[in-house]
Amino acid sequence: MSDQKITECPECAAEITLPGDVMESEIVQCAECEVELEVVSLDPLTLDLAPEEEEDWGE
Amino acid sequence: MLLSRVRVEEKLFLQAFADRNIPVDVVNDRGVIFDLHGNGWSKYQVIVERCINHSRALYALRIFNDWGIPTVNTYEVATICGNKLETTSALIRDKVPTPACKIAFTPDSALTAIEEMGYPVVLKPAVGSWGRLLSKINDREAAEAILEHKEVLGSYHHSIFYIQKYINKPARDIRSFVIGDETVAAIYRYSDHWITNTARGGRAENCPVTPEINALSVAAAKAVGGGVVAVDILETAEGELLVNEVNYTMEFRNSIDTTGVNIPDRVVDYVLTVANQQQELEYA
Repeated sequence: MSDQKITECPECAAEITLPGDVMESEIVQCAECEVELEVVSLDPLTLDLAPEEEEDWGE
Repeated sequence: MLLSRVRVEEKLFLQAFADRNIPVDVVNDRGVIFDLHGNGWSKYQVIVERCINHSRALYALRIFNDWGIPTVNTYEVATICGNKLETTSALIRDKVPTPACKIAFTPDSALTAIEEMGYPVVLKPAVGSWGRLLSKINDREAAEAILEHKEVLGSYHHSIFYIQKYINKPARDIRSFVIGDETVAAIYRYSDHWITNTARGGRAENCPVTPEINALSVAAAKAVGGGVVAVDILETAEGELLVNEVNYTMEFRNSIDTTGVNIPDRVVDYVLTVANQQQELEYA
């Protein structure tokens, strides 16, 4: 797909390809180091480590 | 839509709104600042709450509802569903079948309550989800160990001891999805582990919504204040159905293909109904 976005894993520096319709606050996983990442910005595309699960998380 | 993360569920909701050309603003709760003296959200007809933190959901809903903004779900529903003690108390008040439950405030009284109830029991944090920190206690030694750990290591709400009779269910439980006055779908959650949450690896299969499941689910939903909720139901060895918990920010990604019901679309129907009801009130 031509509208794919490419960035880098902040944990292991592996290349990460995301779909063109990726959204801010979306969680993605690095295929290499398997860390959970959050899309914190779309322009520029920036990923950060997703927050650790907290005690009051859930349904 | 107030959210913490864009998960599968939130994407499905946003797509369902987009399919109807309904504009939705997505607001991440991490950046939100509420000026309690000024309602900066009055432009919204309805707010869909999808926070991942119970505490954020609860307080945001309180503020929105006090400002007169309709929400899905309401503060009342979040308050009751977010706390197992409040949920169970509401279910019993409305005569909705639920497992035996005792509450105690100290490790000593909790141990007495457990012994009175008889083993095995399940000890749960009053606030918590995704099957975290649930303890199945099979004997007195385990009870003493867990109660001591909770006393020493737990935060204050672990000093409220919620003790539930363990239900020897058939390697599965039922999760039903209630929207308004209707149970729109249900799944069986299978697991070899006694905790069957799909968040912990439970496997989902379609569960036909029988009149009994519908009546029980809707009664449970009404007991906690209605809206859009997911009801966890246990089957006893005798075939009785008991409501275990009610969830107010339901996760359903494993249930759409399984049940063939477009749950997000049905939720959007309900959200629009809530928004329109508010408008009618304003114009009345």
